[in-house]
Amino acid sequence: MFYIFLFFMIFLLIAALIAVHTDNLLSSVICVGAIGFGGSLMFLFLRAPDIAITQIVVEVLGLIILIRATISSDKTFISGQREFFGIVVSLALLLAISGLGLKALDGLPNFGTPAFVAAGEIEETIASQEYIEQSLSKTGAANAVAAVILDWRAYDTLGETTVLFTSILGAVVMLRKKTKNTGAIEA
Amino acid sequence: MKGMTVIVKSISRWVKMLIFLFGIYVTLFGHLTPGGGFAGGVILAGSYILLMLAFGREYAEDNLSLVVTSKLDCVGALLFVAIALSGLLYGSAAFFYNFLHQEIQAEKVKALDLVSAGAIPLSNIAICLKVGASLFMVVLILSVFRCDFSAGEREVS
Repeated sequence: MFYIFLFFMIFLLIAALIAVHTDNLLSSVICVGAIGFGGSLMFLFLRAPDIAITQIVVEVLGLIILIRATISSDKTFISGQREFFGIVVSLALLLAISGLGLKALDGLPNFGTPAFVAAGEIEETIASQEYIEQSLSKTGAANAVAAVILDWRAYDTLGETTVLFTSILGAVVMLRKKTKNTGAIEA
Repeated sequence: MKGMTVIVKSISRWVKMLIFLFGIYVTLFGHLTPGGGFAGGVILAGSYILLMLAFGREYAEDNLSLVVTSKLDCVGALLFVAIALSGLLYGSAAFFYNFLHQEIQAEKVKALDLVSAGAIPLSNIAICLKVGASLFMVVLILSVFRCDFSAGEREVS
C-alpha cells in the first residue's frame, strides 16, 4: 500500500511540475487533469468511492471546459487517423477505474442498513456514533451538524469556502468590464 | 422609473428587513437549531437580490457597492482562517482546535445557551459573511456584464 501511494505521489509531483513549467497551455491543462486523475485513484485505494467519483467528475468537467477555452483560439478540429496506442491506453485506464471502483464499492455498507451503524463493525468504535453521543459534551453545540462541519471536519469547510472564493474570483475576472480598443481593463 | 411596479416595490420594502433579520437569526443560532453560516449567508444575499430585482441595480449598488462586497468577502475568508490559526496558537496545538470551548465551560455556561459551543458561532458568522458577499457579488457581476454586453453590441451596429 505504501509503495502504491509513493508511486502516485511521484506521479502527482511530476505532473504538477510539468503543468507549472511547460510553455504550451494545452499540455499544462492536460497535466492538471492528470493530477486530479491521480488524486481520484488514491481516493479509490483509500476506499472512499464517493470522493473519488466527485473528484473525477469535477476533473473531467474542468478538463473539458479548460481544453475548450484553450483551443478556441487554436485549431478546433482533429486531423489524421485515430492512434492505436491512444485507444489501448484509454481502454486500459477505463478498465482499471471500473475495476477499482467496483472493488471500493464492496467496502460500503449494504443497501438498507441504518446510516449511522456500519455493517459488521462494533458500534462504539465507528466515528458516526461518536459524533452523535459526544457532540454536545465535546463541542457544546446542540446542533450535531454544526459540530461536525465546524469542529471535527472544519478543515473540509475551509476547503469549501476556498473553492467558493476561487470560483467567485474567476467569475469576477472573466466578466469584468473591458474598455474599447485600448485593451486596458478596469474593475 | 427603474425597477418593477409599485406593488412589488412596496411589498419588498416591507419584506426585505424580515428576510435580513431571518438570515441573521439563522446564522447566529446555527449551533443550536438547523441552519448555519451557509444557509444564513444565502438568505442575507437573497434579501439584497430582492432589493436589486425590485428597485434596479443602481439602488442596490448604492446600498452595498461592489467594492464593499468584495471587501466583506475577503474579511469573511480571513476571519475563518484566523479562527483556525488561533486554534493552532491557543490550547493544544491543532488546526481548528475549538479554543473557546474550555474557557466557556470553566464559566459554567449551560448547553443550549446562545453563547456556547466555543468557536463554532464565530465560524458561522465568518462563513455567513463570506457566502452572502460572494453570492451577491456574483449576481451583481452578472447583471453588470449583461448591461455592458448589450451596450457594446449597440455601439458596434
